[in-house]
Amino acid sequence: MAKVKVPRKSISLDMTAMCDVAFLLLTFFILTATAREEEPVVVDTPGSVSETVLPDRDVLVISIDKDGQVFLKVDSEKTRLAMLDKMAGRYQVSFSEGEKNQFRLTEMFGAPIANLKNVLHAKGRERAALQKGIPTDSLDNQLDNWVSYARLAQVETFGVQQQLRIVIKADKDTKYEVIQKVIDTLMKQNLNKFNLITNLEQMPAGFGGERRNH
Amino acid sequence: MADVDTGGKGGGKKKGAKKASTKVDMTPMVDLAFLLVTFFMLTTTLSKPNTMSLNMPEKPKPNDPPPPKVDERVTTTIVLDKNNRIFYYKGVETPEVFTTDYSAEGFRKVAVEMVAKGKSLQKDAVFIIKPTAEASYKNVVDILDEMKITDAKVYAIQQLYPQDKEIIQRYKTEHNITD
Repeated sequence: MAKVKVPRKSISLDMTAMCDVAFLLLTFFILTATAREEEPVVVDTPGSVSETVLPDRDVLVISIDKDGQVFLKVDSEKTRLAMLDKMAGRYQVSFSEGEKNQFRLTEMFGAPIANLKNVLHAKGRERAALQKGIPTDSLDNQLDNWVSYARLAQVETFGVQQQLRIVIKADKDTKYEVIQKVIDTLMKQNLNKFNLITNLEQMPAGFGGERRNH
Repeated sequence: MADVDTGGKGGGKKKGAKKASTKVDMTPMVDLAFLLVTFFMLTTTLSKPNTMSLNMPEKPKPNDPPPPKVDERVTTTIVLDKNNRIFYYKGVETPEVFTTDYSAEGFRKVAVEMVAKGKSLQKDAVFIIKPTAEASYKNVVDILDEMKITDAKVYAIQQLYPQDKEIIQRYKTEHNITD
């Protein structure tokens, strides 16, 4: 049999164009990604089949860790400043410009208002160790005031169109009595709709034929 | 490739500098770039948390009409106890207590059964969820999840009343549940 000679061709491709595309995409993803701030508490949320995604803006997250410590997170810096002013007026605590600036940069906090000064002066690990949660007792319910002032501040800064959405993010081992306290606090202010943050779980086989949107 | 041209050797025919190819192999660079793209894509899309909405009943106003009575045949009261235990009873007046757990064979079967029963009576099955103070948050979310999975339309979280506590306590002593 005569061998058919296939002429050998170089298989090296010009990768430059592909490289360009890849780096373009890379730049896009880096720029659109938002840096996640380190949170002072670890909250391991339970799973659910709910597929609704949490909006990025205008949310007030109440985080509850497994020991029942309550933390608060407001995404807008303006709202944060305004609500600190209101809280300071209510509890007669004055904050310096530097402290206010620190608070503006702190996404999430959880300390009684009297200790907030020390927290704002601390850095990094030390700060996380100082935060022991916002008091929710019926005698000194600071969470109640924080939530109402946050909502007020948000409406004053952004108008009624962008009201805060209340979100509860609790650890799966948190005792229900703490959650109950928080929910009661919210319901006292006539806030009856909230979202619970969960991890996505698979819908079990044989269920969920008709998907409902909440 | 890595030889250094020392020149001089092998005759003096110097032809000027050798023109090296300016082509660089881009393959590893593309590999790296796509690896990073994948990483950023996955981390940004997967970090968005999911949420479950929860509507609590509004505070009744003094002039409101009394709430409509629920049909006992389709009502289930669920008490979430500690140690992942569920007590449930059907009806309101003469409850018979059962116990179950959070597995697929446990509470889900009960919920499916009740939803089907409600459908056959042309009504929505009503679930009243009463977590005890020792129940964990996960328990509550799990139950709300079961409501969603079994497509139960009417459910509410309520506080545990003394009479519920009594019913559960009686059941516990009857069945020697101590923990």
